Amino acid sequence: MRRSIREVFRRDRVFDFMVQGSHPVIPGEIDISHGPILYLDSVTVSFDGFKALDDLSLTVDDGELRCIIGPNGAGKTTMMDVITGKTRPDTGQVYFGQTINLTRLDEPEIATMGIGRKFQKPSVFEAQTVWGNLYLALKADKSVWPTLFTRLTTEERECIDKVLETVSLQNLRNRNAGTLSHGQKQWLEIAMLLAQDPRLLLLDEPVAGMTQHEIEQTTELLNTLVGEHSVIVVEHDMEFVRSIARRVTVLHEGRVLAEGMMEKVQSDPRVIEVYLGE
Amino acid sequence: MRLQKLLPHWLSNDRGGLVLLTVLLATCVLIPLLNLVVPESSSLHFPTYAVTLLGKYLSYALLALALDLVWGCAGILSLGHGAFFALGGYAMGMYLMRQIGPRGVYGHPILPDFMVFLNWKELPWYWHGFDQFWFATLMVLAVPGLLAFLFGWFAFRSRVTGVYLSIITQALTYALMLAFFRNEMGFGGNNGLTDFKDILGFSLHADSTRIGLFVASTIALGLGYCLTRWITCSKLGRVIAAIRDGEDRTRFLGYRVENYKLWVFVVSAMMAGIAGALYVPQVGIINPTEFSPLNSIELVIWVAVGGRGTLYGAVVGAVLVNYAKTYFTAAFPEAWLFALGAIFVFVTLYLPNGLIGLLGKKFLDKLEKVG
Repeated sequence: MRRSIREVFRRDRVFDFMVQGSHPVIPGEIDISHGPILYLDSVTVSFDGFKALDDLSLTVDDGELRCIIGPNGAGKTTMMDVITGKTRPDTGQVYFGQTINLTRLDEPEIATMGIGRKFQKPSVFEAQTVWGNLYLALKADKSVWPTLFTRLTTEERECIDKVLETVSLQNLRNRNAGTLSHGQKQWLEIAMLLAQDPRLLLLDEPVAGMTQHEIEQTTELLNTLVGEHSVIVVEHDMEFVRSIARRVTVLHEGRVLAEGMMEKVQSDPRVIEVYLGE
Repeated sequence: MRLQKLLPHWLSNDRGGLVLLTVLLATCVLIPLLNLVVPESSSLHFPTYAVTLLGKYLSYALLALALDLVWGCAGILSLGHGAFFALGGYAMGMYLMRQIGPRGVYGHPILPDFMVFLNWKELPWYWHGFDQFWFATLMVLAVPGLLAFLFGWFAFRSRVTGVYLSIITQALTYALMLAFFRNEMGFGGNNGLTDFKDILGFSLHADSTRIGLFVASTIALGLGYCLTRWITCSKLGRVIAAIRDGEDRTRFLGYRVENYKLWVFVVSAMMAGIAGALYVPQVGIINPTEFSPLNSIELVIWVAVGGRGTLYGAVVGAVLVNYAKTYFTAAFPEAWLFALGAIFVFVTLYLPNGLIGLLGKKFLDKLEKVG
């Protein structure tokens, strides 16, 4: 009851019709009219008194590629958990676009809204083929009955082929995902994200365990994504961060320590002290 | 292979399944012939008691298939699947009790014997309707399905998984067993329901009725196999396999995991109910020991021995282990539980893919071609 009242009198909606030159607010649509696609506003998460995130505020613009760096325990993975609905923040707001409050949604809803996540440890379905993994990830109606009766369409087939080509796994399509090398699994997981066709991609250490050559290819791939998608990359490999990053956010003890262009951040004495100087 | 072109895509690559369906078809035709047409004096005659025994194995096989769908394919280890089997059995048993009519020992026109014995004056409300076969059939599906739905709704929504889920399924069947032991429940207490006379007007003691029940079990098993195979080959089958291997990951792909688990659990419970309904008229009795946790654990062993996740493996396991049980309990009654334990330990240690695993993957599944 209280919730439905709140829905009717939502502060971000009520006076929309009075705003000059305003755009209509469509529920469920990602509203990026103000620029940012993701807002985190003073988010705090604590586990048994330990503050994994401490009053963290962050905005990411639509179409941006943002790198997030920070020493171990800085709260990078917790931040990803909060955005994808795995962890609920104790306090604070998380918005996707202007209107979608992520703290009210659970994981499948957030994924359907258009946020895809790649985990730190490559997590593909090892018992299924490369093709099968992508078929599962593909953007479609993911409720039970439609999934039972659905048949593969030509469009879907083409979409999977395209994604396989993008990550150059087309020759391995019938291999079991469990038999892939570490780097290939990472790519398959990125490919699964692409098949989901999200607006925002969260990549947790996408190049961990990759060879130099593979890293270069991944860099290229990420650069092609920017613009169409927004990408957040959490990474330890500074070389890689330098090669892709425009803006960098440094986290430390659950807060934003510094934010800005890579060169500026690199020369920040506080950043050097906690992280780069190691 | 022209034949393969005629088959639906979910069956054409499934050599193990085709072998199983062929065998079922053959038994479905041959055994009635050998029993009814070949004279009893001939050495080829198939005795009626063996037909009933085989029919019992087949209803167990259907139960094993139901468990393999939730355990092997979706990774939900239910240690209480015997409960759904027993509920289906009780629903059928209630129909058979009502069919006795005035032919009971006390000769009451409506009330079953045990109610007369307990001095009850009228039929409890939940016994109404069971004089109709269609209603009983509906209940065979609805009661286990509803229980599975309620149980699964709470368990899967609260994200109870793994060992914890197994333990509460075990508690579920144990609680039901205790409840059904009580006379006040109105299901015959510890004697259960028995002394059945006929089904759909055919005497249960006639050879032809027994053959009919056997054929029905064979057909049910065949259809059950086709259904489960079709499910596992659909996209939903891929999703439940994904849930088995990485529940969290599946959630982040946008699949509502609890709904999928609930769906599979309910379908499986309904299959188990049908298995129970086929079992009861062939065995001639249903009592609360069918709810005993031991039965559900034995069921898990059948599936493990056959090879979980393969579907036909569950059928093979159920038939072989039960044949062994029949043999052992006759030849060395004390040794059976030790033998069962030994089989389970052996299979777990040396045959992680069960007996079917011995045949080798190459024989069973041709490489799935997709894309």
